[in-house]
Amino acid sequence: MASEMLEHHNPPAPSRDSDLGFDRRAEVIQIRDLHKTYKMGDIEVQALRGINITIRRGEFIAVTGSSGSGKSTFMNILGCLDRPTSGAYFLEGQDVSRLSSNEWAHIRNRKIGFVFQGFNLLHRTSAVENVELPMMYNGFQSKDRRQRALAVLKLVGLEERSHHLPNQLSGGQQQRVAIARALVNRPSLILADEPTGNLDTKTSVEIMELFQNLNEKEGITIVLVTHEPDIAAHAKRQIVFRDGMIISDTRKN
Amino acid sequence: MLIMAFRIALRALARNKLRSFLTMLGIIIGVGAVIAMVAIGEGAKKRVQEQIASLGTNLLVILPGTVTLGGARTGFGGRQSLLPSDAKAIMDEIPIVSGASPVLRQVQQVIVGDQNWSTQVQGVAPEFQQIREWQVEEGRFISQADVESTAKVALIGQTVAYNLFGDNDPVGAIIRIKKIPFRVIGILGAKGQSGNGTDQDDVVMIPYTTMMKLVMGVTYIQQIIVAAVSADTTQEANNQIASLLRQRHKLRQGADDDFMIRNLSDIAEAASNSATVMAVLLGSIASVSLLVGGIGIMNIMLVSVTERTREIGIRMAVGARSRDIMLQFIVEAIVMAASGGIIGILLGIGSSSLIKYLAELPTLIRPDIIAISFLVSGTVGIFFGFYPARKASQLDPIDALRYE
Repeated sequence: MASEMLEHHNPPAPSRDSDLGFDRRAEVIQIRDLHKTYKMGDIEVQALRGINITIRRGEFIAVTGSSGSGKSTFMNILGCLDRPTSGAYFLEGQDVSRLSSNEWAHIRNRKIGFVFQGFNLLHRTSAVENVELPMMYNGFQSKDRRQRALAVLKLVGLEERSHHLPNQLSGGQQQRVAIARALVNRPSLILADEPTGNLDTKTSVEIMELFQNLNEKEGITIVLVTHEPDIAAHAKRQIVFRDGMIISDTRKN
Repeated sequence: MLIMAFRIALRALARNKLRSFLTMLGIIIGVGAVIAMVAIGEGAKKRVQEQIASLGTNLLVILPGTVTLGGARTGFGGRQSLLPSDAKAIMDEIPIVSGASPVLRQVQQVIVGDQNWSTQVQGVAPEFQQIREWQVEEGRFISQADVESTAKVALIGQTVAYNLFGDNDPVGAIIRIKKIPFRVIGILGAKGQSGNGTDQDDVVMIPYTTMMKLVMGVTYIQQIIVAAVSADTTQEANNQIASLLRQRHKLRQGADDDFMIRNLSDIAEAASNSATVMAVLLGSIASVSLLVGGIGIMNIMLVSVTERTREIGIRMAVGARSRDIMLQFIVEAIVMAASGGIIGILLGIGSSSLIKYLAELPTLIRPDIIAISFLVSGTVGIFFGFYPARKASQLDPIDALRYE
């Protein structure tokens, strides 16, 4: 059944709404029978054993599971950083699992925004320059780069610190800059890997509220990995991984 | 696209200015050294050429003795093989020779009243004036009659005139050389310093016959100076003089010459060539430091790539392709090398000016060397930046992002 679907499926090209620049297709992600196996010396490790999931536009999903559950591998594949051993990953109707590295880079630039636990901002570079970074690899030069970057910084509440360097910003502020950077190219999807892992409780709540805000007010689709239940509770849907499979997929009412 | 890479590279370099500068230092010193060394070499070459040019390129000098294995001749008067009749024969029998004069030289005290002055006394023929293109400022040059009568007449140079007579007119006065009275018949025009720094105006000229008989007491001459009709005919004149002298000196086939003919334009060319060789040699040695500078760039870039692994991962995560990363790092290398090149060029120009001023060595900046140095430093950047850039571009983003 699944394989028939794969053979005959011919996704139309995604359309872009020029007003907001966001694709209005309903299904952002469709994952069918995803497997990932690593070879470590003589041993084969099956990190993912058949994942099936659909993620719709505007969803806010928390991915949880212990280490070794496969959630990090899943996120890497979602983020077009790693290739599945078998199975299909459709991003906005396009099978991206078979694309080349260069095409992946293009997708990471335009369709996906990453937020990391360690913020991963460039050192000795101002906040606004950090936010501009994805636009430097856009393929087209925009004179409005600075303008756009400042607008997104405003969205995360940091327009007054746009020229500060990372070492002049608190952890929470740095993460906001990272979120702004993730948003700057109007991606279809934000992937956040333990975004509150390096933050204290109060700041963590602030960041999660920011995510919620972006999700509800701007309709941004967010997939967030965490091992903390109270962080996961901020999301509307929770997926639990264990031993390379999804064991639970629950929605909040 | 390239402009973007350039901008990204510049921002990255500016982030750590000290390290960027220290990396450039190898190139700066290398290029600076090349420019300065070549300038010194070129300056030497130019000075040699100017000196030789001032002596005239249609001149030949014939000396007695032969060149030994070590290149040393057997000394002035070592073999007493040149005679005044040789000079006359050269002039009479070789049409492309415009003049030939015997020359003898000796340092002597010249005395006027209670003044004395040690100077070089030269015994010459009337042809000497035309051969050396030496003007007579006052009075007249030595005549054939003076030569034939071994007259005790002399011309004095500007320096001698000044030192022995001051503002007084020396023409007609009596000077003593080796206690022999000589009547001054003229003052030579100014000639200035010779190529090797001697004062050409510090001279007294008398007929060669007088020099031979009364001053030195010899029957042979020390030199014959010959002028060919033109610079082009000089080599041919050289050949004809050689065969004439071999004939006159009754030298058999296969025997060595008992004389040497020095062609000033050969000397000029040889000196010029050796100056060029020196410049090339100095330049090559300095180029080695350019190579070392390039290795320095590669070294630092490799370290830089490792240190910036995380950064590369971040760039890839936000959409940089392998090609973008490679371009960024190559451009960084080129910018460092080219900037180092420019600073090195300025340093080279500055230090060769300084050398000119302090050591009084002539230096000549060559614009083509500047252009080549700049291109070479850019190439060094590309070449030595390539391997680190490729390493950077081949990083796996997942590993890179995990790097501590």
